[in-house]
Amino acid sequence: MRNFKTFVQEFGWPRIIIFLFLVSLFVLAPFVGVRLDASFSDVLNRFGQYAILVLALVPMIQSGCGLNFGLALGIVAGLLGATLSLQFHLQGFWGFFGAIAFATPFSIIFGYFYGKLLNKVKGEEMTIAMYVGFSFVMLMCIMWLVLPFNNPTMVWGYAGKGLRTTITVEGYWLKILNDFLAIKIGRFFVFPTGLLLFVGACAAGIWLFLRTRIGTAMTAVGSNPDFARASGVSADKMRTTSVVLSTFLGAVGIIVYQQSFGFIQLYTAPSPMVFPAVAAILIGGASVNKASMINVLVGTFLFQGLLTMTPSVINSILQTDMSEVIRIIVSNGMILYALTRKVKVSK
Amino acid sequence: MSPKKKSAATLFSEYAVVIIFLVITVAAISPSGLSLKYIIQELITRLGRNSFLVIALLLPIYSGMGLNFAMSLGAMAGQIGLIFAVDWSVAGWQGLVFALLIGLPIAVFLGWICGKVMNKAKGREMVTGYILAFFINGIYQFFVLYMMGSVIPMRNASIILSRGYGIRNTLNLESVRQSLDTIFMLKLGGFDVPVVTLIIIVLLCVFIVWFKKTKLGQDMRAVGQDMAVAEAAGIPVEKTRIVAIIISTVLACAGQLIFLQNMGNLATYNAHDQTSFFAAAAILVGGASVTHASIPNVFIGVILLHAMFIVSPLAGQNLFGSAMVGEYFRQFIGYGVIALSLVLYAWKSRKAIFNSRSDLRGGVAGKGKDEGGQA
Amino acid sequence: MGQNGPLLSLKNISKEFYGNVVLQDVNFDLHEGEILGLVGENGAGKTTLMRILFGMPVIAETGGFKGSIILDGQETHFSSPFDALDAGIGMVHQEFSLIPGFTTAENIVLNRESMRPSILNDVFGVRMSILDRTAMKKRAENAISKLGVKLDADMMVSEMPVGHKQFTEIAREISREKSRLLVLDEPTAVLTESEAEVLLQSLRRLAKEGVAIIFISHRLQEVVEVADRIVVLRDGLAVKDVPASGVTIKDIASWMVGRSVSSDAARRDESKKYGEKILSVDGLWVDMPGETVRDVSFEVRQGEIFGIGGLAGQGKLGIPNGIMGLYAAGGSVRLHDKVIELNTPAAALKAGMAFVSEDRRGVGLLLDESLDWNIAFTAMQVHKQYLKPVLGGLFSLRDEGGMIRLCKEYISLLDIKCTGPKQKAKELSGGNQQKICLAKAFALKPEVLFVSEPTRGIDVGAKKLVLDTLRKYNKEYGTTIVMVSSELEELRSICDRVAIIDEGRIGGILPPTADVAEFGILMAGIKDFSSATKRAPAAQEAPNA
Repeated sequence: MRNFKTFVQEFGWPRIIIFLFLVSLFVLAPFVGVRLDASFSDVLNRFGQYAILVLALVPMIQSGCGLNFGLALGIVAGLLGATLSLQFHLQGFWGFFGAIAFATPFSIIFGYFYGKLLNKVKGEEMTIAMYVGFSFVMLMCIMWLVLPFNNPTMVWGYAGKGLRTTITVEGYWLKILNDFLAIKIGRFFVFPTGLLLFVGACAAGIWLFLRTRIGTAMTAVGSNPDFARASGVSADKMRTTSVVLSTFLGAVGIIVYQQSFGFIQLYTAPSPMVFPAVAAILIGGASVNKASMINVLVGTFLFQGLLTMTPSVINSILQTDMSEVIRIIVSNGMILYALTRKVKVSK
Repeated sequence: MSPKKKSAATLFSEYAVVIIFLVITVAAISPSGLSLKYIIQELITRLGRNSFLVIALLLPIYSGMGLNFAMSLGAMAGQIGLIFAVDWSVAGWQGLVFALLIGLPIAVFLGWICGKVMNKAKGREMVTGYILAFFINGIYQFFVLYMMGSVIPMRNASIILSRGYGIRNTLNLESVRQSLDTIFMLKLGGFDVPVVTLIIIVLLCVFIVWFKKTKLGQDMRAVGQDMAVAEAAGIPVEKTRIVAIIISTVLACAGQLIFLQNMGNLATYNAHDQTSFFAAAAILVGGASVTHASIPNVFIGVILLHAMFIVSPLAGQNLFGSAMVGEYFRQFIGYGVIALSLVLYAWKSRKAIFNSRSDLRGGVAGKGKDEGGQA
Repeated sequence: MGQNGPLLSLKNISKEFYGNVVLQDVNFDLHEGEILGLVGENGAGKTTLMRILFGMPVIAETGGFKGSIILDGQETHFSSPFDALDAGIGMVHQEFSLIPGFTTAENIVLNRESMRPSILNDVFGVRMSILDRTAMKKRAENAISKLGVKLDADMMVSEMPVGHKQFTEIAREISREKSRLLVLDEPTAVLTESEAEVLLQSLRRLAKEGVAIIFISHRLQEVVEVADRIVVLRDGLAVKDVPASGVTIKDIASWMVGRSVSSDAARRDESKKYGEKILSVDGLWVDMPGETVRDVSFEVRQGEIFGIGGLAGQGKLGIPNGIMGLYAAGGSVRLHDKVIELNTPAAALKAGMAFVSEDRRGVGLLLDESLDWNIAFTAMQVHKQYLKPVLGGLFSLRDEGGMIRLCKEYISLLDIKCTGPKQKAKELSGGNQQKICLAKAFALKPEVLFVSEPTRGIDVGAKKLVLDTLRKYNKEYGTTIVMVSSELEELRSICDRVAIIDEGRIGGILPPTADVAEFGILMAGIKDFSSATKRAPAAQEAPNA
């Protein structure tokens, strides 16, 4: 019984509530005319779509930089990569990996300066990250209007210049991962093998990274910066490295998202993508300074499951669309819970 | 710390934000093609419309809780009051008073919750407040979109959505529009000056000045400077912080009502989204920081920020051929200003800690590497 | 000195922390207008005794205390510092408790401001009263003049020199209406000589007005100059309670420190050979808050166990922290005559030095990680050990197996009580945690090992094991050890030479067999031995008060 109590205390009531809520939605689904196989397929799809964006948060959490509210920088790097890929008419796997290749230098540069900035403001990283992210997105809005892209599928029709708000990737690399080795069962269920394999590979990559000498040092910096310093590890260097890695993964994450979702969303779209990622990893059990692969996978699954099932099930029951409101309450409530938890400094 | 001659660099960093703003705004006036008369009239109107909200940020800064990004909780309380005022068809400035009476207890309650939550997240008040605002927004939406008109009986069918419950997306505030402003609109040198509104703002300023002279004000100041010392002296730190937030939330409630009566319509589900952003940007542009803010910061900030907001869309249009550029530029500067202020503040306070320790060295030769001390 | 009975009587005060006895049957009385000098080494119990007197919550939280406090002939029990303040007992701590942006006057009357009622009182309570700043300033100036010093009541505390801050603290305590007893804990630690003199004069003034004072200081000259009576604490016992007249500093020093030379010293190996000079430190200064080092120079021979002792706050802890790059430092440090870069822990570690910090939980351990992580981490980072190459050396991963083996080795070597290499460090007892820290340092196979407070807070059995292990590594592997400790006995039992640090400088280096009184004198900062034997003035009615 004591083990159960400690489990509940560590896991936290909000997470348990969310988990039970999701299970009940799955149970209810068939009774309200929602197909389980279609739902499951949806959930898997959305899981794969978002997973890497959530994974991107892990390095910075581990190194003690907190929740990366500045993930928008990584997303923008990814957008630059994707648009460049389309500009050069790259298709199929070339297009997808080309997008990542174009995004890489941007993400490293953004991440490097962002990391240096965060090192100068230790203690107030989260708020500053938010506003740096917002202003950068706004700056990029001006850029999207002004940069000399000229692929006709990307720019506004009549003016001929300035990127559209939403650009389709159909004909380029739509669902290139999802469809790779996909398994179709019945009319409604598609298992997006390629997507999940890619997600698995990235997660494995990060898992391995955390077990290298540098990865170990990074974790130590987040766990006890004084200890790490006394062992000759430069906390600043580790933090900057984690920020660069996080930004890079953000870029990869948005490209994966785009190939599944089907559209490149520019302008103010990056900003609202950050909070759901943060909420997801927190739902998965991460804290402000510790996150693992399990947190990423479980959290993304639960959160996306919630976002998928709630509209279909609740709407069928109540004949009304409450999904937006529930999403707002759940995701922000989760982040709030994590922020107000007594930081378990075992001193 | 011994009084040192402030180098040009230090002076710049203290006033960096104000300087940048002045430069950008003045540069944008001529490309915008707007007349000075138009700009000044707009500024007078906006002073009346926004100042109250910005003043609401003062006490939390005073108490060491940073920028109260959760002020939208007060705005939401005011909006609920306003919905009922429209529902009960209470018109004119009486409608505003009615809205205030309903919104006040809600604002006190929400402020109390906010204070309690922030006390649990000491050192992270700003980001917590930000998220709390979103969270309560969800609850507000649930309340207004689902409960009003169904569980909560509403009288006026014209404000309800066609499906039968939930308030419409946009609420026409014709009944209370400009009611405060027009009680006594003074025509002064070609400009329209909303006297009563401005008098209310001045009264609030007087209240703030008086408040700082009270014991509670002194306690807030002590708590804002050093919680540990205040606690050791017997000051009830947690309670004091909660009171500061409650007052801030209540002022935000009233401030939002003033804002909305001037705007003339209520975007039911969005009006409060940008409230804290505009107020925080304004006070920072006015020279305030996360730990220091005074009344002059409020007015200088409102004038500078809104002057920039007035001229940049058209300047962008004329310079770049696109109104959107001006619009984006406006937001970029707005967010950038907050980011810059936060960074300068964080950087300065770390330097101050390092410098104050150099006093303790007292006679120790040489200076170590920067940051050679603590991690 | 007026009153019939004593103002304060401490009877049979005893206190233990989790089985560790810190105070035993301490008794003494204090009369109105009397200045009592309380002296003792670190860990002698002075701070704990004052905490008990002041009703600090940490005392109740750790099992309370035995004995009684009698104030004005009535037994009193304080459940919080506020009770003590109400009863008229004020305490000036070592760390300033001042609001930096407030003026002197505002700090002096903090939370006791003079107020005038306002209209909002009825509705919103007493905190809506207006501050009466004129009255506040007057009260502050009264307190300042009572002290007999010059303080600007309107100056902001953050702009004051350190000495003025100290006076502001004291003024705050005596400005309380009921103030009758004042406890000052090392008040002259941050003052210059002239400021200290002014302080002592104010204390005499206060005593004349009837305020009883408990004056804690390690600067024995001051204690002898100003106190009416002297109480010496040693190992939790009040070993001496004498009038100050006729007492010399040397007497006090011996009482503070004196015990019989332990038999361990006899086990000294007289034929121990040392190698060449391996470590030389010249003009070292270290900016470690609370343990500032100003100018330290010494040399250590290979194979030596070099001890560094001294009272708390005098700088001994700053020395290893500075050399190992954890705090800003300057000067020159050479290992094997090669200059070691300061301010960079990696440099010292790579050169072959290792450090077991006094801050076990803060710096020494990753509490949330497992034991094998803790032990192998530094070796992994500095010497790239415990990594195994993967994919033909493309990159390396943690060698979990190697780390576990290493951990098991030290678990048996140091007899660490745990459930296994994967247990989390935070779950171990203090003594076992200390052994983990030692293991981490040993895993580096250092040439020079710095250990800071190696046996602090651990039980007797573990203490012995730690010291024996250090001796063993020194004897079998020739590891040179520099040991910093507050426990003089420990230093004398294991070290080949002992340096005593006072006020950031080396007071002197003694052989472990030297007379304890000599150690005591060095710790008390006496530079001139002749003054140590001067007797204290006969009566405290000196006219210069």
